[in-house]
Parts: sequence; structure tokens; C-alpha cells
Amino acid sequence: MELQITWFVLWGVLWAVYFMLDGFVLGTGFMSGFLAKTDTERRVLINTVGPVWEGNEVWLVTAGGVTFAAFPTTYALMFSNLYTALLMLLFALIVRGVTFEFRGKMDSPAWKSAWDKAITVSSFLPALLFGVAFGNIFKGIPMRNDFDTVNFAYDGSLLTLLNPYGLLTGVLFVMLFAIHGSLYAAIKTTGDLAKRAEDMANRLWLPLLIVAVTFLGYTYPATKLYDNYLKAPLLLIIPAIAVLSLLLVKVFTVKVQLHRAFLFSCLTITFVCFTGIAGLFPNLIPSSLDTASNLTIYNSSSSPYTLKVMAIVAFIFVPIVIAYKIWVYRIFRARVTNEDVIGDSEAY
Amino acid sequence: MDALTLSRLQFAVTCMFHFIFVPLTLGISIIIAWMETRYVLTGDELWLRMTKFWGKLFLINFALGIVTGITMEFQFGMNWAEYSRYVGDIFGAPLAIESTMAFFLESVFIGLWIFGWNKVSKKVHALSIWLVAIATNLSGLWILLANGWMQHPVGYVLRNNRAEMVDFMALITNPYGLIKFSHQILSGYTVAAFFVMGVSAWHLLRKTELEFFKRSFKQAALFGLVSAILVGVTGDFHAVEIAKVQPTKLAAMESIWETHRGVGMYLIMLPDEKHERNAVERLCVPKIVSMMAFHDSNSEVKGLKDFPVELRPPVMPTYLSFRAMVGLGMYFILASLVAIFLSLKKNLEDYRLFLNILLFSIPLPYIANQLGWIVAEMGRQPWIVYGVLKTAAGVSKNISTAQVIMSLLGFTVLYSGLGLIDIYLLTKYARKGPDNDLSAIIKTEGRN
Repeated sequence: MELQITWFVLWGVLWAVYFMLDGFVLGTGFMSGFLAKTDTERRVLINTVGPVWEGNEVWLVTAGGVTFAAFPTTYALMFSNLYTALLMLLFALIVRGVTFEFRGKMDSPAWKSAWDKAITVSSFLPALLFGVAFGNIFKGIPMRNDFDTVNFAYDGSLLTLLNPYGLLTGVLFVMLFAIHGSLYAAIKTTGDLAKRAEDMANRLWLPLLIVAVTFLGYTYPATKLYDNYLKAPLLLIIPAIAVLSLLLVKVFTVKVQLHRAFLFSCLTITFVCFTGIAGLFPNLIPSSLDTASNLTIYNSSSSPYTLKVMAIVAFIFVPIVIAYKIWVYRIFRARVTNEDVIGDSEAY
Repeated sequence: MDALTLSRLQFAVTCMFHFIFVPLTLGISIIIAWMETRYVLTGDELWLRMTKFWGKLFLINFALGIVTGITMEFQFGMNWAEYSRYVGDIFGAPLAIESTMAFFLESVFIGLWIFGWNKVSKKVHALSIWLVAIATNLSGLWILLANGWMQHPVGYVLRNNRAEMVDFMALITNPYGLIKFSHQILSGYTVAAFFVMGVSAWHLLRKTELEFFKRSFKQAALFGLVSAILVGVTGDFHAVEIAKVQPTKLAAMESIWETHRGVGMYLIMLPDEKHERNAVERLCVPKIVSMMAFHDSNSEVKGLKDFPVELRPPVMPTYLSFRAMVGLGMYFILASLVAIFLSLKKNLEDYRLFLNILLFSIPLPYIANQLGWIVAEMGRQPWIVYGVLKTAAGVSKNISTAQVIMSLLGFTVLYSGLGLIDIYLLTKYARKGPDNDLSAIIKTEGRN
């Protein structure tokens, strides 16, 4: 029992950390067209995420792997039920990954402009699709599962996912990542580019607040996420931190204390994810048809033995990963300037 | 075609495409780490230029390997949901451990290596490529332990309508997985060795940067010879393991229909699956199959006729792939022997015929790697987990044929495009040769 709860928490943390980290890579990616005015500025932006994007994406691979290992039934049904949406996500992530490596490899404006478009689309789509997917997970998807006879049926399609609540969550993710990416650009670049990014974060904040408030409100009729909060009001501290962080993002952006603003943007994204995930418990994916079909941490988990083995592995290696990630982030803590990318054959 | 056939085709397409990039990464990361280490130890700038040149080609190749790997992880759930649910308890663990233990290490330190030239000391920089190389190979270990479990399931019980892990140690000490791992990484090293030798040959033929490419060639030739020989040795161990636990695969690899003792190998042979015999059998090397499979020339080898038709793998592709792979493997040993011998001569660039042969040999180890996987995966059919779960039972029931047609089409178009761009860029940068601008390198050094 406790093992399953441990893994539920770890599962939630992995997704939240992934969104927090890849959020700024995706954000700078799809905002680069608005932020950068010249080819050099585009390169500067790409080079701010260059050293870290791969390591950030591995959080997704790990979140996927952990879903597989700890909750195989959820993994199987989540990925197959959401087949087409995940396919689009996959294509976007593939394109985005090679873009970083390929863009600078030819000196042709047409080549670069094609990859610029690719960066925009392939960064925007995952932000939107992850939002839509998680919106639908919060809401529940139309599946009918019988765990005793091992019979699983799904009544939905790609269009089922594009319901108002799913789309709203998609917009929420896009807005969160847009500000997150802009703030990251603001603290990692210099001059006009940094100023433009700061202005962008300032301008996007009010629209984000409106989307966030709508999301919190609409969550009540659209999902059962608040049930847990009514049962255990102490949990309300999670959405409270999310809201407070969001407010502090604005405060520190206005004060031009951008590192702090970025830090609170990290917290906002993390706690928005926790808000949803705490509301799901003990479900991983609820069914919108009947509660007996819900995929819970109990009916979809691995055996206690596997969970124990995996817990040992996780508790040894995740801290090590975090340690060397922080070390590498510190090495690359300096801002990237125009001079850095010009004449550096290693830069993207 | 139905969702099952299409899903199998899609898995083959995406897996084989992914596996164009992985073997080179496995080997060339080690070659580059070696070069950079030599640079750090000797201060000789030629080693640094070698590190940078081969490093650039490595990175062009690396990017596609990484992004196509995510497809593999998603695909188990997307197309093989029944499989994932049934075996996730034991099969998911090595995949999750792979990303925690190896993939993080690889991805974080590749970033440090690419961007860290003037941010960390020479030693730390060289250490980062070693960590990438180790992590890549460690990744391979966990993936092959997972595949090894599909080939020879151990450490599980069937319970609660699925396979549950009861012995983690059995999973990670599964001889099948460990032998497969050693065979595979060495095959990857062979790809890298022939890649470096082939590209060097191209430049030697044009007499550009002679010292640079002679030295690269020599390193690769030695690496290639050691690897190619060990590929053969581990291949032999692998065959023994297959004979022990996958009799149908062994019979298909050698196209043996009747069970008998002291089985020989026909050098020229053509299976005739319809009539359950070989249409052509010429030039027999007596007892060699028995010898290789059980290390006993009189041992009994089971023939395909001992197994019901529905439990036999497709014989023709398994047999042909195996033969071609072994033939190529022997060629690699021979070619790298000659390469070593010639690389010791001062006028390596004058052996134009051999250099041309090596240039055109670049694709061969890639092909051998793919053939090996055809033997491994097709030879396991009709099972997805040998003896436990049929491939047909593993496919997702909740996906439609139309969905898989769309995804297969999408993958084919996207991968073809990216593959062509990648080959174009690799060729472009391979031809361009190393950076001549020593001042740029010294400038970089100055910022250390």
C-alpha cells in the first residue's frame, strides 16, 4: 500500500519536474520568433538551452519509464488510448530535438528559416498537447475497464480529447511555458534580447492569470479533482502555493528581479501539476464512464516486489542525477551573448 | 493488413531506423574519448583536432539516435499495450533503470562536452566524454537485459493474469542478456572502427591531411580488429546460449529440418519452407553446427520438424540474415587485419585499392548489425516473449487499423526526411575534413 503511494508521489514529481524543466525549453522555442529579431539572436536563444535540453527531456523518458515499471496497466492504456495525440507529440519532440543540431549546420538562409519554423511548431505542439492530455486525464477519459477479466475498451478518439476543458488546460500549459521561456531568455541573454524577453513576460502575465483563474474555476464542474481537497482541506496549500507563486512572478518581474521571477515560475508550474495530481489520487487516470473503470494506483500497479526494487534504484540514483544536473547548470549559469555564438564553432 | 501486421512493420521500421544511429554512437564515443585523453596527456594538438573532427560527425549522428529512441519507449504502450500490461512488472524495470542510471548521465554530460570547451578544465572535459561513452554503453546493457528477458524469460512467475518479477538478480544476470550485450556493443565498436577507417580512407585517397587521417586510421584499425575478433568470440557464446534455450531459432538460423547428431553445415544451401527441406545442399563441413552449438561434435541438434508449424519462425529470412551476418563478420576481421598491417607502413595512402574497398565498406557493419537483429527478433517468432506470450497476443486491442496506417506513414515520411538530411550532413562534414584554423582552437584553449 505505502509503496504504491510512494510511487504515486514520485510519478507526480517526475511529471512536474519534466514540465518545469522542458517548459522553459519549449517556451523559448515557440517564443523565439517573437523574441529574436536577428539570426544571431536566434542562435543566442538556442544556445541558452543547448547545453541542457537533452538532460531535461530525459525527465519525460523517465516519467514514461516509471509509468511502465510502476503502473504497467496505466502505461499500456494511457499510451494506446491516446494513440494519435501521443503520435503527434512524438513527431514534434523528434523534430525539435534534431532542429538544435541541424539548424546551424548549413549557411543558407532558407535552410535556417525552415528550421526556425520547425522550432516554433515543434515546441508549441508539445506544450499544447501535454496540456490537452493532462486536462483529459484530470477530467477522465471514456474507457471501460474490467480488471478481473482483463478487458479494456476505449470509446474516444482524437476529437474526444479536444473538449473545452482539455483545450483550456492546453492553453494554460502554453501560457505557463510562454512566460517561463521568456523569463528564462531574460535571465540567460543580454541587451535588447533580454529586455524584449522581460517585456514579453510582463505582457503575458495578465492573460496567464485570466487563463489560470478560469482553469481553477472550470475545474470544479469539469472534474472531480476538488473532491480530495474537500476531504482533506490541508491539501489546499498546494494550489495556494501555485497561486502565490504566480503572483510573485509578476511582482519580481516588475521589480526586475528576474532570477526570482523565474524561480517562482518554476514553482508555479510544479505546483499547478501537483494541484492536478493531488486531486487525482488515488487515480492515475479516471474513467469518465464509471468509477469502477478508473485506473488507480492499486489496480494498475506492479507487484510489491517490483515496486520495492524500483524504489531502491530511484532513491539511489535520482539524488545523484539531481546533484550532477545542478553542477552542470552552475557551469552554464552565465548569460549567453552575441559574441559567444559568433566565431564559436561548437555553438549551435 | 490488420493492426497487428502494421504494428509489427512499424516496430521494425522505427527500431531499425533507430538502430542506424546507435551502433556508431556506442563505438565512436569511445574512440573520441580515447583521442581526447591522448590530447590531455600529451598536449599534442593533432589529437585535439581529431577529437573535434570526429566529434562533429559523432554529434550529427547522435542527435537522431536520441530522438528516435523516445519512439521506442512510447511504442510499447501505444502499439503493444497487451504486451506492456502483461510483462510491464518485469520488463518495465530495466527500461526505467536505463533512463535513471544511464540516459540522464549521457544527456547531461553530452551537453557539458559540446558546450563546455572553454568552461571546464581539459581534464573535466575529457572526463565528460568518457561519461557519455560509459553511459551509452550502460544504456545498451539495460536495453539488452530487457531484450534478453524477451528472448529467455527468467526471474518471473505467472500470477494475477501477468508475468510478475520475483528475482531481480536473475533478470540482471540473465546470461542471454549479458552475452547479447557484449556481442552488441562490440558490433557497435566495429561500426565505428569501419566508419573512421572509411572516412579516413576517403581523405587519404585525396592525400589531404595525411598525418591526421593516418593517425585516425591506425587507431580505428586496432580498435576494429580487437572488436571484430571479439564479435566473433561472443557470437560463438551467443550461439551456444541460443542452442540451449531457443531451439527453434537455432534450427531456423541453420535451416535444419531433421533432428540428428553430428550436424554439419552446408556452405551452399537454400531452404525450401513449403516442403520442409533444403532445396540445395552443397559442400558440407561435417559436424560443425553440433560443435558450435554445444561444443561437442556429436551432439544432437533439434530440427524444425520437431516443432509444430505454428511455433516455427520464418526460416528463409532468419537463415539468410544469419549467414550474411557471419560472412560479414569474417570479412571485418580480415579487413581490419590488413588495415593494421598497412597502417604500419609509411605510405598507407598508396594502397589505393584497399582504401577504396574500405571506403565502400562503411555501410557493411551497419548492415551486419541490422541482420543480427533480424536473426534475433524474427528468429524469436511467433513469440514476443519466448515460450510465454505470442506476438499476436501482445498488440493493442484498442487501436484501429487506420490509426496504425497513419502512424506508419508518418514515421516513414518523417524518418526518411530526417535520415536523408542526416546522411547529407554527415557526408558534407566528413568530406570537409578537420578544421584547419588552428587559431580558433588555440583561442578556445586560451579561454581554459
